[in-house]
Amino acid sequence: MAMNEPTELGRFGKFGGMFIPETLIPACQELEIAFKQAWSSTDFRKELDDLLHDYAGRPSPITRCDRLSEELGCQVILKREDLNHTGSHKINNVLGQALLAKRMGKTRLVAETGAGQHGVATATAAALFGMECVVYMGEVDIERQALNVFRMRLLGAEVRPAVSGSRTLKDAINEAMRDWVATVEDSHYCLGSVMGPHPYPWMVREFHRVIGAEAYSQCMDVLDRVPDVVTACVGGGSNAIGIFSGFVDTEAELVGVEPAGGAAIERGIPGVVHGSLSYILQDEWGQVLEAESISAGLDYPGIGPEHAHLADIGRARYEKVTDAEVIEAFQLLSRTEGIIPALEPAHALAWMSRDRESLSGKTVLLNLSGRGDKDAMQMMEVLG
Amino acid sequence: MMSRHEGIEAALTKKIQQGGKCLVPYITGGFSGYLETISAAADAGADAIEIGIPFSDPVMDGPTIQMANDVVLSKGITPERILNDIASLEIDVPLAIMTYYNVVYRYGLERFAAELKESAISGAILPDLPLLEAKPWMDTAAKSSIETILFAAPTTTDEQLPEICENSSGFVYAVGLLGVTGAREELASSAQVIARRCKEVTDKPVLVGVGIGTPKQAQEVAKVSDGCIVGSAIVQRLLDGGGAESVGEFVTELRTALDTI
Repeated sequence: MAMNEPTELGRFGKFGGMFIPETLIPACQELEIAFKQAWSSTDFRKELDDLLHDYAGRPSPITRCDRLSEELGCQVILKREDLNHTGSHKINNVLGQALLAKRMGKTRLVAETGAGQHGVATATAAALFGMECVVYMGEVDIERQALNVFRMRLLGAEVRPAVSGSRTLKDAINEAMRDWVATVEDSHYCLGSVMGPHPYPWMVREFHRVIGAEAYSQCMDVLDRVPDVVTACVGGGSNAIGIFSGFVDTEAELVGVEPAGGAAIERGIPGVVHGSLSYILQDEWGQVLEAESISAGLDYPGIGPEHAHLADIGRARYEKVTDAEVIEAFQLLSRTEGIIPALEPAHALAWMSRDRESLSGKTVLLNLSGRGDKDAMQMMEVLG
Repeated sequence: MMSRHEGIEAALTKKIQQGGKCLVPYITGGFSGYLETISAAADAGADAIEIGIPFSDPVMDGPTIQMANDVVLSKGITPERILNDIASLEIDVPLAIMTYYNVVYRYGLERFAAELKESAISGAILPDLPLLEAKPWMDTAAKSSIETILFAAPTTTDEQLPEICENSSGFVYAVGLLGVTGAREELASSAQVIARRCKEVTDKPVLVGVGIGTPKQAQEVAKVSDGCIVGSAIVQRLLDGGGAESVGEFVTELRTALDTI
C-alpha cells in the first residue's frame, strides 16, 4: 500500500514535487536516473551494504528496556541508531548518497545541517571517499552545537554559517541550495532528510529503509510479532520514514513526534518551500515562519512530503511535545537505561512518557535516532 | 510609445522590430521609495519593469536582493499592499512581478492571477516554478491574460530548451550564469552562450538576467540577446540610500549603453 515509489514528478498523494529553479532541473533528473540505476544494481547494493556493515557498524541492535518499561507501564524497545558510526541514523543516507555521487563523477558534497549530525555524517563520507565537503549551518546552531562544528572541521569539511533569516536549519538549506545552483556541474547536494525536490524524499527514504527492515526482522526474532506502536521524532522526518517503512504494511500504529514549536502537521498549511509541496508553518501571505525548538535537528517549519501524505491518509499520526517534556525525557532515559539520547529522539520518548496511560500494556518500538553527546554542553546549561 | 496595458511581449517585440534592445530593471517591491523608483526607471527608458514581491526564503537570490527582501519583510509589508500600490501607479511601461511560488500558492492561483490583472500587471516571474510544475499556474494565468516568463538556464538541455521557449510568454528569461542573482565583476561567458542557444530556437524576445550589473556588461550581452534584466546592481543603489534619483541615473546609463550597440 503506502510507501511505494512516488508518481512521476515525485508525488506522494498530493504532496512532493520539483519546485526548484530551472537551473537545477537537469541535475535532479540526472540524479533520479542515476539513483534508479544504482538501486537496481547488485554491485551498488553490495558496495553500500558492505560499507554499512564494515564502516557504519550495521546492523544496529534493538534493546529491550526493562527499567524504563516498568516506569512507563509499557514494553519499550529501542532501535539503536545511536550506535552507528558518527552517532546517528544520518550515516545510512550519507553513505548511499556519497557512493552515488562518486558514481556520477561528482567531486564535491554540499550539505545543510541543523544539529550537526547530518553535517558530521557528510563530512565523514567525504573524508572516506576523498571528496571536498562544504556544510552550511545556521549561525544559531553553530553556537549551540559547537562540538559538531569542531568534528566537521576535524574531518576536513568547511563549515559555512547561514546568517540570514532565523539562522537555523531552514536558512542553512537556502544557502546549500544557492551553493548548488552555482556548483551543480561538479557538486552533489547531499540533502539530509526526506524533503526537498524529487527524487530526494524518495531516495533518502530508500537509504533509510534499512532501519525499518532490520527492526522488523529483529522484532520478529525477539517478540515473534510486530510491536503495537512504532514511534520516532520528526523534523524533516528521515529517521521516522526509515523505521515506518518496515511497519507500514503491518498492523502497527505509526506515531511521529514533532516539537511543539515546529509542529508542521498540526499547525502547518500546505505550501511550497525547499522544492516540495508539504505542510509548512507560514503566515497568511505565504511567508515561512520560524520554528522554535530546543533541538537544532528538529528546528524546521516544514515536514517531508511523504509524512504529509501519511498523515492525510491516516496511516500515521503526529503528536507534539514541549521543550520541557523533552528535557524530562532526556534525563529519564539516561537514568533508567544508561543511554543518553540525542534531544531529537527524546521527543518521541517525551510523548510516550506523557501518554503512558494510553500505551499501558502495549509494546512500543522507539527509533533512538542519535546519541546525546552533542547535546551534553547545551543540557549542562539547562540543567545547571 | 509603450503602453502598460499592451503586455510585455507586445511591447518588447515592438522595440526589437524597431531595431532596439530591451532593458528590464528589477526593483524590490515595498522598499522605501520604490514607487518613485519605478517611475524614475520608466522615465529613464526601461522597456518593462520587474517588481519583486519579497519572500522569506528566496533561494534564487543572492545577498543584495535577500537584504532588501528582509528590510521589507521586517516592516510587515504584505504582498497585497504592494499589489495595491502598483494598481494606483501611473506609469506607461508594462510590469511583471517576480516572487516565489508559495506566495502565489497561498493566495490561491486564481485569486493571485485576478489580483495581478486588477493591478495592471502583465506578467509573472516565479523562479522556483520550473516548466515541469508550471502548468496549473500557466493555465490559470492565461485565463487572466497574465504572461508567465520562464527561465532557460545554462544547464537546460537541448531537448528542454525549445519547450521552455515555446511555453514562455512575455520573454524568455535566459539565466546568464550558474548561480543566484547578484552583480559580478565580469560578464560570465555563459551569458552569451545561453542567449545564442535561445535565439536559435525561438522568435520570442530573449533577455539575459543574473550577473548583469554594469552598462558594459549589458552592452556585451545584448550583442547576442534582445536585451537584459538588471536587478542586484539597482537594488544595491536602493540599499545604499540612493533612492529614485540614483536608480534613474543608472537606468539612463544602461539605456545609453544598449542604444549604442
